Amino acid sequence: MELNQLFRFDSFLVGPSNRLAVTAAKTVAQTPGTAYNPLFIYSATGLGKTHLLMAIGQQAREASPQVSVEYLTLEEFVEAFHAAVAAGQSEAFRNRFVNVDVLLIDDVQFLTHRREMQAELLRLIGQLQAADKQIVLSSDRPPSEIEGLDERLVSGFAGGLIVDISRPDFETRLAILRRRAEERGADFGAGVLEAVAAFDAANVRELLGTLNRLVAFQAVNEAPLTPESATALLGWEGQAPEPAAPPPPTPPPDEFTDFLSDVSTVLARQVEEWRRRVAEAVLRWEGEGYRTMRLEGLLNATAPVAPETAIRDFERDVERLHQLEAEMSSLDPSGAGDAVFHDPDCLAEAEALVQRARDGASPPPGPSPLWTFQEYVGGESNKVALTAARAAAEQPGRRYSPLVLVGPAGVGKTHLLHAIGNVVGQASGAVVACLSAQDFLEELVQAIERDRVESWRARYRRVTAFLLDDVHLLAGKERSQEELFHLFNHLVSGQRQLAFTANAAPRELRGLDDRLMSRLDGGLVAELTPPDRELRHALIARQLAQAGEPDADLVDYLAARPGESVRTVLGLVQRVVSRAEAQGVPLSASLAREVLEGVAPRVSRTSVSVRTSGLVASPLGAVKSREKFVWHWPDPSERLVEDLA
Amino acid sequence: MSLVNFTTREITCKIVYYGPGRSGKTTNLQYVYGRVPEDRRGRMVSLATQTDRTLFFDFLPLELGSISGFKTRFQLYTVPGQVYYNATRKLVLQGADGVVFVADSQARQLDENIESMQNLQVNLLEQGLDIRAVPAVLQYNKQDLPQELILTPAELDEAINFRAWPSLPADAINGRGVFETLKAISEAVLRKLSQEGA
Repeated sequence: MELNQLFRFDSFLVGPSNRLAVTAAKTVAQTPGTAYNPLFIYSATGLGKTHLLMAIGQQAREASPQVSVEYLTLEEFVEAFHAAVAAGQSEAFRNRFVNVDVLLIDDVQFLTHRREMQAELLRLIGQLQAADKQIVLSSDRPPSEIEGLDERLVSGFAGGLIVDISRPDFETRLAILRRRAEERGADFGAGVLEAVAAFDAANVRELLGTLNRLVAFQAVNEAPLTPESATALLGWEGQAPEPAAPPPPTPPPDEFTDFLSDVSTVLARQVEEWRRRVAEAVLRWEGEGYRTMRLEGLLNATAPVAPETAIRDFERDVERLHQLEAEMSSLDPSGAGDAVFHDPDCLAEAEALVQRARDGASPPPGPSPLWTFQEYVGGESNKVALTAARAAAEQPGRRYSPLVLVGPAGVGKTHLLHAIGNVVGQASGAVVACLSAQDFLEELVQAIERDRVESWRARYRRVTAFLLDDVHLLAGKERSQEELFHLFNHLVSGQRQLAFTANAAPRELRGLDDRLMSRLDGGLVAELTPPDRELRHALIARQLAQAGEPDADLVDYLAARPGESVRTVLGLVQRVVSRAEAQGVPLSASLAREVLEGVAPRVSRTSVSVRTSGLVASPLGAVKSREKFVWHWPDPSERLVEDLA
Repeated sequence: MSLVNFTTREITCKIVYYGPGRSGKTTNLQYVYGRVPEDRRGRMVSLATQTDRTLFFDFLPLELGSISGFKTRFQLYTVPGQVYYNATRKLVLQGADGVVFVADSQARQLDENIESMQNLQVNLLEQGLDIRAVPAVLQYNKQDLPQELILTPAELDEAINFRAWPSLPADAINGRGVFETLKAISEAVLRKLSQEGA
């Protein structure tokens, strides 16, 4: 029997009721003999078994034209068999199917009690299966319900795939009707097809029959069909309509109910709007890693408390947490990741935490207020350094950073360094770290001991100016250099002022890491040389001026004395001043000569301390170094005699 | 204005029908009363003054049931329109969440409308309420009267609705516009509620 060209997959409407069957059929059509063999499709009549069978045949043939497809109903199968037997050619009958690739047999339920046919079919199926040929069977009931069917056939069918097609649901019915109406070029008024689909037609054939009647009716009547006239025409009036029937008539308008529903809608909308806003805020802040318990609490409360205020408060707290965390990370980076910084409900704790960090983070050592530019005496020997230092102090981080002051001991490097610090520190909010390399190293050691390296680093990283005295002392101190290197980079990138003092030009410093050395060298290296006579003169005049108008001869005399550093020069002055004080005589050039050139004192010294220690406490408090002030070591014998006396 | 009670999960809206005497405020309430199922409405209540002189004003409580988890109750009041009952009007106006101004559409009543509107503003101000901040709607009542006697809604808008309140034409005696007005004021009040939160 020839395949009906209309029965194709694309003309078969798929719905939930037949999806499985269609999928299986398509699979079989695409790969005959491999997937489901045999495929057994059963359903009540008129739901598309034949359509599917023929669609399989069509598609298998389209996929590869050489595929041989045979479609026949069981009746035809039986008749052909009988004819062959009658003609004595049962072998010919069997051979007829040997070369068939896809065998489609419709309505196999008629095998009931036909033992002989069942045996023949069983044999055929076995033969085709062995040759990987596809067999598809259809029936109006599952194999197990076909009366008197050979058990071997039942199990044989079950060995493949048995699928059923059930009655289409409303949507599928409507889709079928619409497509068919379209194919027929029929145009129905709104609701007509819906009304037809609403009646649960036993099968698709009946459904299409109904449609045909409507199409015919509409063709001869001018008035378009309405859902009501359609149901009347089909004689369905009085029958209980399915759920999809026209909606029940609206109850008579009740103004109060109407009002009530209106108010409900408005209120619900307001409440929902509010919930939506809160939920959005929750999602947003959760996404940023903040705890949103407070907002979630609002959601659960179901009470329309002012969401804007609550969200605003929440955001304010988050903002504050953000500030606190930023501050914390500058104070103590290890504490910045604390969970309290992400929970607006822990704001107080976060504040306390930061406060503790603030208390703990003492400011770095600052410059001595005594060493200022006013106190600094300039001259040729330190002109460059002084100018650079002033520029660096006035525009920290912009002019000369790093500034490296180089020179021998006692020429005023430290004084200049502190003077820079004092100027920079005057700016509001400025933090100046001014310390010796030795202190730097010791602080680091302490920090390592107490496991506070992070906060120690942070303490220096927030400074406006970092002034390090005697950087050469870090020679060979690898860890300190390492820290200094990172600090250096951090501060330079933040445009902070850096200044160092060293006893030699950076590239001449031994034991200093290359990367550090090159960085220091990359700044301005300003050299301070030992004070020349002019500078010494100025220094001495100034020093003596503290005790009244200085004697010009004395100043000249002292300035003429050699002095390799400022400190030496001041030491000379100091010695003369102390002697004058001790002897109760006025300062004069002769006294100085007497003191400095070793002329024997006329009166024994009264101040033991001066003599024994050689240390003279400067009224400025700036002189600390002992050995630099021991100008002449006292003769022990003289001392002995004195003591005995 | 205590509109929402979170602890008891109640929303109570007090709506006052204001307007000149004989403009149809009571008629509005009577129509509503007639349409509300018995189980949803309370009794009409009256208030006596200290001098025991009873000044009637209408009070109609409406139970709207639970809406979005809130037990919602509307209280509709009318004020006596006559000029000399101002004390009562102030009393009634206290704690109002919304005001329906029922204007008399008759052309010859225009001055009374304006006077009453000014009175409303003064009375609200006495309670520290800015008339611009109070949810309010205008109802142009008696639109069923012959056209030659009344002003059209457009004309009335021009004459008295200088605050651009929502305005609705009405024929309260036949019920036209009554529930529309109630809806409009309810929405305005509820919207305000969600804006303020409390």
